[in-house]
Parts: sequence; structure tokens; C-alpha cells
Amino acid sequence: MDNHYQLLIIGAGPAGLAAATTASRLGVSCALLDEQPEPGGQIYRSIESVSGQRAQTLGSEYLRGKQLAKAFRDCDAAYFPETQVWSLNNQRQVGILHKEESKIITADQILVASGAMERPVPFPGWTLPGVMQAGAGQILFKSAGMIPDDGVVLAGSGPLLLLLAWQYMHAGVEIKAILDVTPLSNHLLALPKLPKALLAHQYLSKGLAYQKELRRAGVKTKIGVSSLQANGEEYLESVSYNHFSRQQTIETDVLLTHFGVIPHIWLTQSAGCHHIWDKHQQCWRPQHDEWGKTSIDGILVAGDGAGINGARSAEHAGRLAGLQAVYALRVITRQERDEQAVNDRKWMLDDRHIRPFLEAYFAIPDEILATPDNHTIICRCEEVTAGEIRNAVKNGHGDSNQVKFLTRCGMGPCQGRQCANAVAHIVADAGGAPVSDQSHFRGRPPVTPLTLAQLASLSEADTQ
Amino acid sequence: MKTDVLIIGAGLMGASTALHLAMRGCQCIVIDKASPGRHASGSNAGGLRQLNRDPAEIPLTVEAARMWQNIESLVDSDCDARFTGQLRVAENQSDMDKLEQRAALLRSMGYQHEEMIGKQALYQLVPALSPHCVGGLICRHDGYARPYHALTAFRRKAESLGVVFHPCTEAYHIEQTGEDWQLHTSKGDFSSNILVNCAGAWAGQLADLLNEPVPLTPKALMLMVTERLPHFVDPVMGAASRKLSFKQMQNGTLIIGGALVAKLDFELEKTQIDWLQLANSAKTVIDFFPQLSNVRIIRAWAGIEGFLPDAIPVISASQTAKNAYHAFGFSAHGFQLSPVVGRILSQLILDGQSELPIEPFNISRFAQKKS
Repeated sequence: MDNHYQLLIIGAGPAGLAAATTASRLGVSCALLDEQPEPGGQIYRSIESVSGQRAQTLGSEYLRGKQLAKAFRDCDAAYFPETQVWSLNNQRQVGILHKEESKIITADQILVASGAMERPVPFPGWTLPGVMQAGAGQILFKSAGMIPDDGVVLAGSGPLLLLLAWQYMHAGVEIKAILDVTPLSNHLLALPKLPKALLAHQYLSKGLAYQKELRRAGVKTKIGVSSLQANGEEYLESVSYNHFSRQQTIETDVLLTHFGVIPHIWLTQSAGCHHIWDKHQQCWRPQHDEWGKTSIDGILVAGDGAGINGARSAEHAGRLAGLQAVYALRVITRQERDEQAVNDRKWMLDDRHIRPFLEAYFAIPDEILATPDNHTIICRCEEVTAGEIRNAVKNGHGDSNQVKFLTRCGMGPCQGRQCANAVAHIVADAGGAPVSDQSHFRGRPPVTPLTLAQLASLSEADTQ
Repeated sequence: MKTDVLIIGAGLMGASTALHLAMRGCQCIVIDKASPGRHASGSNAGGLRQLNRDPAEIPLTVEAARMWQNIESLVDSDCDARFTGQLRVAENQSDMDKLEQRAALLRSMGYQHEEMIGKQALYQLVPALSPHCVGGLICRHDGYARPYHALTAFRRKAESLGVVFHPCTEAYHIEQTGEDWQLHTSKGDFSSNILVNCAGAWAGQLADLLNEPVPLTPKALMLMVTERLPHFVDPVMGAASRKLSFKQMQNGTLIIGGALVAKLDFELEKTQIDWLQLANSAKTVIDFFPQLSNVRIIRAWAGIEGFLPDAIPVISASQTAKNAYHAFGFSAHGFQLSPVVGRILSQLILDGQSELPIEPFNISRFAQKKS
């Protein structure tokens, strides 16, 4: 690995792969760093090694990743899998961990294509063993073919919930119920966005097809569910919920939840890029222009890490950011950049017609984002409850960072990834600072933990 | 709004001063441009250290240590204080000589709180220490507390006695009419008889407004913290000739510091961690505790503090304006002193003098020599 590249790309999902392929074909010295052993990101995880049958189960959209990965393998970009990026600053210095050694490398242009993570939503009982985020279930399935033996309850909201149910059904898993917490009032609110969404009807028809197949297979879907709760002593034993004013309980030892996805902003936040609270997507995301340029010169974003738009859109945004980086490096002219961007710009806009509808339809209500149950643990690392957070606000610690100082919520090994969103909502709910551009925890590097020995291995030569 | 005493800066010094004044019946308002303890007071390492202080600070630190032992009677909270001792480890004979000289200096001043220990006593105290060390200097009544908890305790006790805190209130303009102060801020106007500058790294700007410039330099000191570990060390660890400051907190995490400076953009209040320095720190920690190699670092941060060239604070009445007082420039070792500094300022303000010797901290030491 060199100490300096013209372009450094972080993340080998669709955005990162497309950007690396685009930029290196135009002759830019380019390196792509990724945590995983294979290209593909979360969406196309294990795409190069997956067995034919599992790939069939995962569907045709998943197989699209094969072409992306192949094009990337055929280009000249340097590729460093199993590499952690633990720091990024506004001088474009990147702290990485590769083969147990830490190193600081630099680049003229950096593209952060860090992708999405599932929106963590604390609810009573969510920390019980047996309760997992649906994405974790998907990872086990994609990379190891692992599925729950004794059936599963799926709960939450959002398109992935349906996709996972459909994939599990095809893999022969018993789906005891799908508990959809999407408020019925969302249907009305989303209606005005429907005509535009019809322009991207392929997504709608796919969703409807999944629903139809699941119904035909006898999978029970409860809509308008509220007061979701996981019960059990040491392990999950049952799930209870409210359905049209009736309290219901289902016995199960696996509950997979999903409440949509949010951008993975820890690197851009660490670099000091300006972030905004996107009220439609209910998440923070780095502010950027149509080429992916952030508020910091030479740092670009693309894909779901820049705002949730899905895998297809990420591919287009990756190519656009790649072109922008090559233009910023003065390898192509502005005119050449614009000419080569025409198709991706058009397709990206077409692809995004569906988003306003999806965002309105799957909007998570405030009472789920800020659980009213004060006994619910919000920060699992430091075991801080919703009640402790509300008390801190009442005692004059009026924003997320003061609450963190006092209660230690967000100070554990996950660095607040699991609780930042919920803490901001509970603080606002308790009368503290409203959820805004500023209400996120201040970023504290390293972005991923590293050991004293790994840090100690950082030497003068590496930092130039 | 009108009050007896207006304090600028809701860090530990400001909160402690307000508390001591309120205990004597004085009406106080504390304003801060951010939230209480946003910078050094909330983000320091929480060391309760008498060990190795500047001789000028010794009378103050000894009295402060006495106050910390009994902190609950002052602020109704123990501030999570632990008195596990602070230790400077010697790795060779020349380190031992250096520490012995220090102990002799204290004895000559009539103080006994820094005490030499030999190899056997060292390893009894810290069995986990790498075997190459030869002895140390210890202050057994030292320890640590949780800074933001301490600040919150001081603030809440002061509030219970009528002090009002105004966060997010930035001072724009100051003028003195007669003997009274008028302060124009982002949240309206305040007036008071007395003005106190406890503005930390920003105190230099306030001193400028009072026409007594001081060479105060803002710097951001870095700390890093590890994951929780089983209990393995009691005293706060330092070294005689290496940059090391290291303690295991109440919850098992290790806080690692050592006066390492981050890059700072003071205007934007943004700090940037200097990983190369922290890497050296990590190496030092591993040299003393090789078994910690695989412990994970969870977080690093830097807090913004004001430093003076002689590394001791200003605690004094203004030399240019009547009814104005200063306490700032603690140069990253103010946490332990905070209870006593608040009391000293309250005495200066209400009695015109302090019971402790504070001449070395007079702001006049930075006055421009008139030609």
C-alpha cells in the first residue's frame, strides 16, 4: 500500500465499486479500502462466492452486483479488503488498519462510500438475546446460509422487512407473523407522492409481488401494529403487541426487527463535514451537492452514506463522484465530466422518483423513535435507560452531548451508533434541544476501536 | 438583569466561585457562551493531584485536597471521588535521584505529602507494573473524580442557594459606569457591582477588554479512553521522566493522557486528534503494562484550556479596573484546585483578602513594564 493516492475510496459497495472503476479507467491512481473480504458491500455481500441456489433465493437484483464486482476486478484500482478505516480528518489524512498494522495515508480526493446501517430503534425488550435486527439475519443468510430453525417473527417497517420475509419464505423458514408498525395514517400521507412514484413503478410492482406471494403462502401480516414488546427472562420467549386495540402475544425465540436504514455517517462526521437532519428520511446525512462534494474540500460522498436512495442510485452516484474526483484532479475537463455524466444523472433522477413515496409511506412515528417506556435501555453498551435520559434533561442537561457527559450514554464500544438517534429523539421529547443538524453526539475518533498495540504500531514514517 | 456578582464562565471555577459567594449570602449570576463545562471543565481527566505541583500552588493544593476529602459536605455529592493515591514511577537510578530531590524540596518547605517508596513497596502497590521499575514518589491522599459530575454538583448546589446560570449567553461588550458593570450579551443586558472572569481559554479576551492583556494561549489537550477492564491498578500512574498519565476509572475504563496537544482551530472551536502523539502514549503505556497490548481504545478527545507561560494560574483582583476579579490560566491542572479557588475568590471579593498566599498568582506579573 502506498502512502498517498490521487483518489482513495472507502467502501466497496455499489457506489465505491462504480467510482473506482470509473476513475481508474480514466487513468487516476486509485485505491479502494473495505472492511469485508470481498467486494459488494452490504447489498451485494458475498457476491463473488455465493452458491447458485442461494443467489436464486436472493433474487435478480442481488445478481446485478456480479457485473459491478467484475468490472471493478478488471480495472487497475488497488484493492485492500479486510481493512478498517478508523480515522478521517479535514486534511484528508486517513487512519487505517491493514493486516494488524495501523497507518496514516493521504489522498488528494477521498470518496466516502460508507453505505447504510439499520436504524436502531429501542423498544421494551429489544436487548434480549433472540431479538436481532433484520440486517443481521440477512448477513447470516448471505454469507453463511444460516436461517432460524424454529420459525421467526418479523416486526417493524420498511421495504427490507418484506424482502427479508420473501427471501426467508423461499429458504423454507416458517414466518410466524409479520408485524407491521407502519401507522395506517401514513397511507394517506403518502398518497400525494404516489403519481411520481409510478414513474419508478418497477419498485412498486416488485413490492406488490412480494406481498402477493407471501399472502398466497399463508404468511400472516398484521398492519397497524403498536406497542411492540419482546418478553422473556434471559432469552426471548414471546412478542406482544397491540393490534386494533387488542393485546396479542406470539411465542417465538427469534424476533427480527427492521425500521428502515440510515446513512453510516461516522467517518464524514469525524472529518468534520457539515451534516443536516433530513426530516423526510429521519436521519442525519452529510450535506453534499449533486456530484457528492461535501463541505470539506476534496471529500466526496456517494451511495446510501450520503442519504438513503438504494443500490441502483448508489451506483450512479458513485460514477458521478468518480467523475467529479477525476475532474478535480484535472485529468478531465469540466466539459468532459459533464458529457460523461449525462446518462448517470438522468438514470439517477429516474431511479429516485420512488423515494418521496417510500419516505412518507414508511415514516416512523415519533412515539416509536422516542420510546415512552422509561425502563427501556437506550444505550446498550453503558446500560442507560430512557428514564435516565429524560431525568438528565429535566435536571438541566439539555442536549445530547450534555446527557452523554452525565449518563455515559453513547460512550461505549459502539461509539453511540446504536443510540445517537434515539437519544436525540428522547431529549427532544423530554423538552430538551429539538432534533436538528446539531443534536447528534459530537464525533469522537477512532471511528472503530483499535488496540493499544495497533495504535502503537503507527510510526513517524507513515505520517510523512 | 441586575445582580451583586456576575461571573463569566460556567466551568468549575465559575461554579465554585458562585457557590462560595452564595453560601455567604451574595447574589450571583453565571453566564456562559456554551453549556456548563463544555470545554476543559467537562472534558479533563479528573485528577485530584497534589503530587508534583509548582511550589507556589502547594498551600492551595493541600487545602483543596482537604476540601475534596469532605466534598459531600460542600456540594451534597461525593463527585465520584476516589482517593487511591497518585504515583510517579522511577525506571532507573537517575529517576530516583530526581524524585528524591523533589521530596527533599517539599520537606524543606514543611510538607510531607509526597513520599518516596522503594521497589518492594511499589510492586506491593501496583503488582501489574512491568518488572523494570525501581521505586517512586507517591501522594497517598490524591486520587480522581468525575469532572462533569463534580461540575454538575457545584452548579446544582449553587442553584439551590439562588445562583442563576445562563447557558448559551455570549458576552459581546463590557463597560463600567461608576463602579457598576454593564454587560451586553447575546441574551440581553446584565448589570452588577462585581465582575468575575472565569472564562477559561477565553479569559484572555475578557482581560483584553479590561485593558490588562495576558499571554494566555488556548491549547487542546488530548485524552483517550479504553474499553472496560477488570480492576487491576489503584493509584493514578505517572512517570518520573516520561509523558504518562494513566488511571483506571470507577467503571474499569482506562483514561490515558499526558499533556499531549491536539491541533486546535480556536475560532471554530474544533480540535483534531494528533494520532502520532497518541501512538507514543500507547507505546509508553505498553512499556509499563505489557499485558494491556490488546486492550481496545474506544474514544479520543481534546478539551480546550488556557495556558500561561509560567504554567501557574491568575487568581487575583484586576489591576486596571475596580470591582473586577480573575481566575483563569490553570494550564491543565485546575480541576483539583477548583473548590479552594472559589473560596479564595469569595474572600477576595467580600473580605478584600484571602487567607491563603496568592501573591504568585497576581495578574500584575504580566503587566507591561512602563518605560
